[in-house]
Amino acid sequence: MSDTFAAKVWVLGDDIDTDIIIPTEYLALKTVEDMKPYAFSPLRPELAGQIQPGDIIVAGKNFGCGSSREQAPEIIKALGVRCVVAKSFARIFFRNAINNGLLLIENPDLHDAVAEGDIVEVTVNEGILHNGTTYPIASLPQNLVEIIEAGGLVKAMRKRNGLE
Amino acid sequence: MGMTIAEKIIAGAAGVTEAHAGEIHYVELDRLMSNDGTTHLTIDMYNTKVKNPRIKDVDKLVWIVDHNIPADSPKTAASHKKMRDFAKEHGIKFHEGEGVCHQVMMEKYVRPGELIFGADSHTCAYGALGAFGTGVGCTDYLYAMVTGTSWLMVPETLRFNLTGKLPEGVYARDLILTIIGKIGANGANYKAMEFGGEGLATLTMSDRIAICNLCVEAGAKTALMPVDSVAMEYLKEHDREPKAVYDSDEDAEYAEVYDIDLSEIQPIVAKPHFVDNVVPAVTCKGVKIDEAFLGSCNNGRIEDLRVGAALIKGRKVSPTVRFLVVPASRDVYVQAMKEGLLDIFMEAGAIVMNPNCSVCWGSCQGVIGENEVLISTGTRNFKGRAGHSNSFVYLASAATVTASAIMGEIATADMLQEV
Repeated sequence: MSDTFAAKVWVLGDDIDTDIIIPTEYLALKTVEDMKPYAFSPLRPELAGQIQPGDIIVAGKNFGCGSSREQAPEIIKALGVRCVVAKSFARIFFRNAINNGLLLIENPDLHDAVAEGDIVEVTVNEGILHNGTTYPIASLPQNLVEIIEAGGLVKAMRKRNGLE
Repeated sequence: MGMTIAEKIIAGAAGVTEAHAGEIHYVELDRLMSNDGTTHLTIDMYNTKVKNPRIKDVDKLVWIVDHNIPADSPKTAASHKKMRDFAKEHGIKFHEGEGVCHQVMMEKYVRPGELIFGADSHTCAYGALGAFGTGVGCTDYLYAMVTGTSWLMVPETLRFNLTGKLPEGVYARDLILTIIGKIGANGANYKAMEFGGEGLATLTMSDRIAICNLCVEAGAKTALMPVDSVAMEYLKEHDREPKAVYDSDEDAEYAEVYDIDLSEIQPIVAKPHFVDNVVPAVTCKGVKIDEAFLGSCNNGRIEDLRVGAALIKGRKVSPTVRFLVVPASRDVYVQAMKEGLLDIFMEAGAIVMNPNCSVCWGSCQGVIGENEVLISTGTRNFKGRAGHSNSFVYLASAATVTASAIMGEIATADMLQEV
C-alpha cells in the first residue's frame, strides 16, 4: 500500500465516542445507508451532509471510544471518508475499522497543525504532507495491511482460503 | 521472564509456554457472548458473506437479549426474532429477559482462566473471576464463531496495588471512577488493568465486577484480578469450577504500577460528557436532576439495591424526579423481591423495571429529553448517550444516585435528614 491521495480535512476533537459517531436511537434503522445522515449528529448535526467522498477526518486522542457497535466505522466508510487520522484510537473501534477496511492513521502532531478545510496529501505508510511539513506515518503490521487491502476481515479470510 | 495474568491466559489459549506484551498470537477462544445490540448484523454476515457457513463449536456460544428487552418497536422485535430463530436452529445457548449480558455471564458461565470474546465493550467485567474478557465488534465475533479462534496482541499491563479498606458510605464505583479520572479515558488504551494487593480481599464479588466492568472506560482491553477465596466462594455458590487459576509472577513486567489506598477514596461523580471528568460528589451538590437510574451491569446487583433501599426506606422520591430501579438480572430481581427491597422502592415512588440495559444505553425505556439531567449508576455519560443530544448524564454510586433521587438534586447519602 503506497498510494498517494489529496484530501480535504474535517477536524474533530478528543474522545469522539461511538455515541457521537452514531447515536443509539438510530441503530434500529435498517441499513448503514439509512443511518448515515445521523453520523456525528449530537456534536455536529450538519457534518454528515457536508462530508464528500474522498474527504478525511483528523481528530484528537481516543477516537472511537465507547461501545463495540460496528456500525460506527461502517458509517464513516459509507460517508466516503478515505481515512481517519487521530492522535490515538480506542482499541475496539480500531479493530472494527480494520475489519471493515477503513484506513486509520495514528499521528500525534497533525491535529494541532491542521485547520478544517485544509487540503493534505496522504501517502499511505509513509507520511501526510501539510503546508510543506510531512508528518510521518508508522507502518501497520502486515496482517492488518492484508485485511485493509482486501476490504475487511471477511474478504481477507476468503482470499486467504482461496475462495475469491 | 515472569508473566502477568493476561500473558498467562493468552499463552494458554495460544498453546505456547510464554507470551509477552507486544506479541501477536493466534488464540483458541473458550466462550463467545453476543447480545441484541449487534447479533442481527452477525447473522446477516453469516448468511450472506461466509461461504459454507458453519459454527466451529456451538457450545462456546451464549446469546443474550438484554439491550431492548422487551422489544420496543417492530424493528427490534424483528431483530430479536432473527436472533431467537437462529439460536434455536443452531442450538445456541439463549437467554431472553434474564438480565444484562455481563451479569448473566457472571452468574452462569464465566470461569477463571478463560479467554472470552463478547460483542460488547463491557466484557472486561469477567476479570473479576480471573477470566480474560474483551469486547469485539460483530466481524471479529463472526470470525471467532466460524473458526473458534482469533488473533490478539498481548497487552501491556497496568498494575493497581490496593491497600486499606473503603470508608463507610464509599463504594467500588467511587474507586473505579477515581482511577479512571486519574489515568484518563484512554489511560489504559490497548492495555490490561490488573488489580491486586491486600485491599482486594476487602472487596466483594459485586465490588470486583463493578471495578472490572468499567475499565473499558479507561480504554482497557481487559481487566484482571487474581482468583482468591472470595472468587472461589462465588464459583461454588454458582456451581462452577475454574478452568485455570492464575496470578502474576513476582517478576512480571508492568507498564506502570499504581498504589491505591482504599481508605482515601471518597464519593465521586463523573460529570457530562466524559467518564474521566470526575470530581468529588460534594462539589456537584445542588445540581437539579430530572431522572435517577439505579441499575446496569455496573451497579444493578443485589448489593447495590440493598444500598439504595436502605437509604430510601421511610423516605420518598422527590416529586420532580423519575427514579428508575432496574435489577441487573432475574436472579437479582427475585432476591430483591424476597428481601422486600422492591416493596421499599415502590412505596417510595420509584419505577421498578424488568432486567435490561435500560437508559444506560439510551434505549429501552426511560430515555431523557432535551436539556434534562440524569444521575446514573450506568456505564457512560457521553453526549446524547441517555436520550436527547442536548441532555446531561452524571455518573455516581448507588448511594449518591438514591440520595439524589430523594433530594431532587445531586446529593450524597450523608446529606439526607434523619427520618
